Amino acid sequence: MSLAVTAVSHAAGRRRLLDAVSLQLEPGTVQVLLGPNGAGKSTLLGVLAGDLRPLSGRATLDGRRLADWPAADLARRRAVMMQRDELRFPFSVDEVVALGRLPWQRREQSPGERAVIAAALAEAGAGALAGRRYLELSGGERARVQLARALAQIRADDGDPAPRYLLLDEPTASLDFAYQHHVLKSLRRLADRGVGVLAILQDPNLALRHADRVSLLANGELIASGLPADVLDTERLSRVYGLPIVAEQGPGGRRSLDVAETPPAPAG
Amino acid sequence: MLSGSARAFLIPGLAALLAAAAVLGLSLGTIRLDWTTLTRDDTAATALLQLRLPRVLLAVLIGAVLAETGAVAQALFRNPLAEPGLIGVSAGAALAAAVVHTALTGIASLAALPPSLILPIAAFAGGLAAAVIVLRLARRDGQTDMTTMLLAGTAINAFVAAIVGLLSTRADDSGLRGFTLWMYGNLGRAGWSEIAVAAPVLLAVALWLPREARGLDALLLGDTEARHLGVDVERLKRRVLIAVVLATGAAVSLAGVIGFVGLVVPHAIRLLAGPGHRLLLPASALLGAVLLTLADTVARTAAAPAEWPVGALTSALGAPFFLALLLRMRTRIGLP
Repeated sequence: MSLAVTAVSHAAGRRRLLDAVSLQLEPGTVQVLLGPNGAGKSTLLGVLAGDLRPLSGRATLDGRRLADWPAADLARRRAVMMQRDELRFPFSVDEVVALGRLPWQRREQSPGERAVIAAALAEAGAGALAGRRYLELSGGERARVQLARALAQIRADDGDPAPRYLLLDEPTASLDFAYQHHVLKSLRRLADRGVGVLAILQDPNLALRHADRVSLLANGELIASGLPADVLDTERLSRVYGLPIVAEQGPGGRRSLDVAETPPAPAG
Repeated sequence: MLSGSARAFLIPGLAALLAAAAVLGLSLGTIRLDWTTLTRDDTAATALLQLRLPRVLLAVLIGAVLAETGAVAQALFRNPLAEPGLIGVSAGAALAAAVVHTALTGIASLAALPPSLILPIAAFAGGLAAAVIVLRLARRDGQTDMTTMLLAGTAINAFVAAIVGLLSTRADDSGLRGFTLWMYGNLGRAGWSEIAVAAPVLLAVALWLPREARGLDALLLGDTEARHLGVDVERLKRRVLIAVVLATGAAVSLAGVIGFVGLVVPHAIRLLAGPGHRLLLPASALLGAVLLTLADTVARTAAAPAEWPVGALTSALGAPFFLALLLRMRTRIGLP
């Protein structure tokens, strides 16, 4: 039981975006997708979400091709939080989160549904935003509300024990320092409840700190996949990002990564 | 915005308003109408049954459909300023109407149909044809791309306007006048037979669209996001677009172009009840029906026996209202 891609390739016109990538997202883990801009992270997430049909290879949930899943069944098993936000209509925050409940076809405004929405908002660090107008929120606040919507979507209330999956494209992109950690801790708690979480991040230090597994992509290829400490090796990162990266021992013996000071170019 | 409990009264309140507007529309006119002596007054009964009842009925149905399809177009285009005209229906209908007005006698003898029927049939066919072209152009890789549709619709609208302009040089004075009046919308053209054909279409679409409310809500988040929520976006769009094209085609073929109802009414309802389509669609339909019924009553009584084109009236009243809305409540109606 897992959400997986096997030997998946994808291209836009003649430009190769993914080259024979295989990756498995296990329930109960937080997996982070890392790599330079244009490495193919969002494309891979799109394939895993079922948005993009791979040119070759398979994308499956529980062994069944994503394309063969009835849309509504799939929507009860996995939620996606995208980076862009197209909403231009004046919903309230609660109404936006309630849209996440659409696949469940529950009666709106019932006490059970309202409890799910309130819990999702709290879990996403957006409890204080309840009742606000969505269009009047800042970018970071909107991101938390969209996360709450995704959380509400995979809140199982039918007793079905099948594991759920959450795919997130840079959930921390517009969040301040404190909320970045808040959100990643929420994802950890979600994984502890058995959800398989896949998040694209840009900051290797957040991955080191919060991920169970890290997959490193570059030029559409999966360079490495495994435990964060193994994958985020300074030599490998230096090569992939094309600049010297060093590891430092932070307080409490925690390893952190940084870009090495390059000596100033000699004058003349 | 109305509170949750007040929202529950929105639909009954608007329904009561519509009943009042309909009674007013039936009561007012050049022929005085006394409800108590109606059964004994033949002139009044004829005026009521043959003139006012079909008009009020048409105003209710067309007003409802214009407002509801306006709300739906705004969801499909994900743009608060969209309206069904962008799909090309009105433009196609106008072109057909222009052709008919330029060459009515020739067509009438050719088709062996009474002239009063040729215009709505041609307008409906023209609207449908233009919409089919726009819908075709907007399909890429099996998906309907609304941005392409917007561009294609704009191009078709411009092209059609150019041909209408060229045609007008060929038309005689009466044809030109007839076409100009047609462009402004008038509910007095259709008799019972046309209404009998169009009313089921208008009514069916008005009643069916609210069933797609949740899918349309999801569409406001974005196509991909709606798909993630389990909505079959492509089929939803196709169903809804067909319904919108059929209903606006029927409306424009009977009454000509009636502006601003589809733009202003959904915005007014969103201010009261938010953008959720479960309430927005039926409430827009009711308010649209109320407004067009009242506008038409004014249009045919204010300068009686002359008649104002009701489309000019709705635009004249709608434009300033819309401008006020735009300037005072930008974010509340979803403008950046």
